[in-house]
Amino acid sequence: TMARVLVGVKRVIDYAVKIRVKPDKSGVVTEGVKHSMNPFDEIAVEEAIRLKEKKFATEVIAVTCGPTQSQETLRTALAMGADRGIHVEIPADDYVKTGPLQISKIFAKLAEQEKANLIILGKQAIDGDNNQTAQMTAAVLDWAQGTFASELKLEGEKLTVVREVDGGLETIDLKMPAVVSADLRLNEPRYATLPNIMKAKKKKVAKLTAKDLGVDLASSIEILEVADPPQRLAGIKVENTEELVGKLKEAGLV
Amino acid sequence: MKLRPGQINRLFSTSSAAASEFRKEGFQSGRFTDIGTRQIFNEDHDMFRESVRKFYQEEVLPYHDQWEEEGQVSRELWLKAGDMGILGVNTPEEHGGIGGDWLSAAIVHEEQGYVNCSGPGFALHSDIVMRYITKYGTPEQIEKYIPDMTAGKKIGAIAMTEPGAGSDLQGVRTFAKKDGDDWVLNGSKVFITNGWMADVVIVVAITDKEAKSAAHGISLFLVDGDNPGFIKGKKLKKMGLRAQDTAELFFEDCRLPSSALLGGKAGLNAGFYQLMQELPQERLLISNLCMAACEFMFEETRDYVKQRKAFGKTLSKLQTIKHTLAEIKTETAVARGFLDRCNDLHNQRKLDTSTASMAKYYVTDLNNTVAYRCVQLHGGWGYMWEYPICKAYVDARVQTIYGGSNEIMKELISRDIEKDV
Repeated sequence: TMARVLVGVKRVIDYAVKIRVKPDKSGVVTEGVKHSMNPFDEIAVEEAIRLKEKKFATEVIAVTCGPTQSQETLRTALAMGADRGIHVEIPADDYVKTGPLQISKIFAKLAEQEKANLIILGKQAIDGDNNQTAQMTAAVLDWAQGTFASELKLEGEKLTVVREVDGGLETIDLKMPAVVSADLRLNEPRYATLPNIMKAKKKKVAKLTAKDLGVDLASSIEILEVADPPQRLAGIKVENTEELVGKLKEAGLV
Repeated sequence: MKLRPGQINRLFSTSSAAASEFRKEGFQSGRFTDIGTRQIFNEDHDMFRESVRKFYQEEVLPYHDQWEEEGQVSRELWLKAGDMGILGVNTPEEHGGIGGDWLSAAIVHEEQGYVNCSGPGFALHSDIVMRYITKYGTPEQIEKYIPDMTAGKKIGAIAMTEPGAGSDLQGVRTFAKKDGDDWVLNGSKVFITNGWMADVVIVVAITDKEAKSAAHGISLFLVDGDNPGFIKGKKLKKMGLRAQDTAELFFEDCRLPSSALLGGKAGLNAGFYQLMQELPQERLLISNLCMAACEFMFEETRDYVKQRKAFGKTLSKLQTIKHTLAEIKTETAVARGFLDRCNDLHNQRKLDTSTASMAKYYVTDLNNTVAYRCVQLHGGWGYMWEYPICKAYVDARVQTIYGGSNEIMKELISRDIEKDV
């Protein structure tokens, strides 16, 4: 069987931007700040495109959830080589409250609707660092899951995933359909070239809402406060190892 | 759940995706180099710029020191640039180029300036050499060179300047003698950008010594790097552009087939006019590189003075420093405004010689005065090679000299002024 791949792309604050917390501690400043595709999602898109190039996949559909500006991220995915896009529009006010559970329900619905049998997602987004969407999507669909993938091989119904686990690499076989989350070493994403940027303009993008999919965005999680990480305090210099051990003992660390 | 009709198959124009957000000019933004600024560009350009910037950051910047020592970039870089699709950006697709607009080509120039790496001769290769071949070449010549040049497999150069003829093109001595169907080329060229690595060189040569003026007897030849009789002298040691393989070239009884004459029979003795036609574009691309250099230097210096301490406070708090930066920013912004208009005009193929000359003269001069002041603001560290501003300073110097010296630019501008209106 050939795979029909859904790939998730999230618009996040660019990794190079210095994050600033809003004065009212309700979140981080996003206005006038450079955004890009979540780096792990770039890896997910690249893997999906490679599957198609190697004739293991028939179609690559990029999906983004979020406000109007999320279309930019979708366009990047199309310029990289995804065949078409789906933008699930979530107004900015609702979007800040939307978590992995709601997003995973959206992906599950879209997978059914698009008759996809493989979903590739970044292992986590660099804004929320949730690392839950892939796992939850697999649970909602009751599909097999291969998280933290550093290698992917599709043979018929069998999907072999090499996973990056704490102790090293773990190789597992999954029975399709499946959800995979991409880790850093899965591949090196390509650049969007000018001809592909131009071709991307002709690709189709469907726009719909969570409501169209019958997904309730209500979340049981409430954000109480967003704060800067505590500032690192200056250390002290010690003269010798005896003093070092003494200080460590004093601090109750040894 | 079914989609409502009309939901799928709905196209949106990529260039208006975020039309609701006002597009600032670079000088209104946080930095001159911010992606998503300047009204002459759209969001497709932004996405392309993003890719080009990554390319220069990852594939050029980390290696440039080594290339400076070697006096040339690597061949691998050219192949990577070809893979990435940043060569021949403005060359039509049907000729084997990328098929982008002029503004996309300008993005490749600007991003090179922003990374302060003058080694790769991409602009000359893509927007001068490839332009001559596609504009004047025969279908066979286009087929032979353009796809490989787009891929970075063949590197292009153009040889006009001679030891005794620079701005004065009519003083060219290199002579191509007709011998049966062939041509036999003799002469020497100097200061040739990409000269050492070149696989194809457009050589300017006299083909008719009897012509009523020198201009009427000049032709352009496509000479392959491995053509017998074509000898590459040496990479020249220069004040700046250290990683650029600028070379001297010699032709000693270099026998060329008739198919080497650019444009075939139609190109015979038409060289001077072919050159004249394309010089505005050459001037514009030099301006693009230098304008970006000004913007780079401003941002670099601004960052430096914000962290450098003197007299108990950061340099940026001193009024003399603040005012100098204000001057540099203003002059850079004003020049950028004019140059963006020039690029927009050229995108519509409406840029004239006089306007291009004004851009070249003004922006390359500005490049030097900005470099001078930015080194001054860096103090002694600005004189150290390890500081980017030092390299930017020496790279600036040649810009007022080559591509038509600024004295020639003023001559061309004044010719237009003298005309009756």
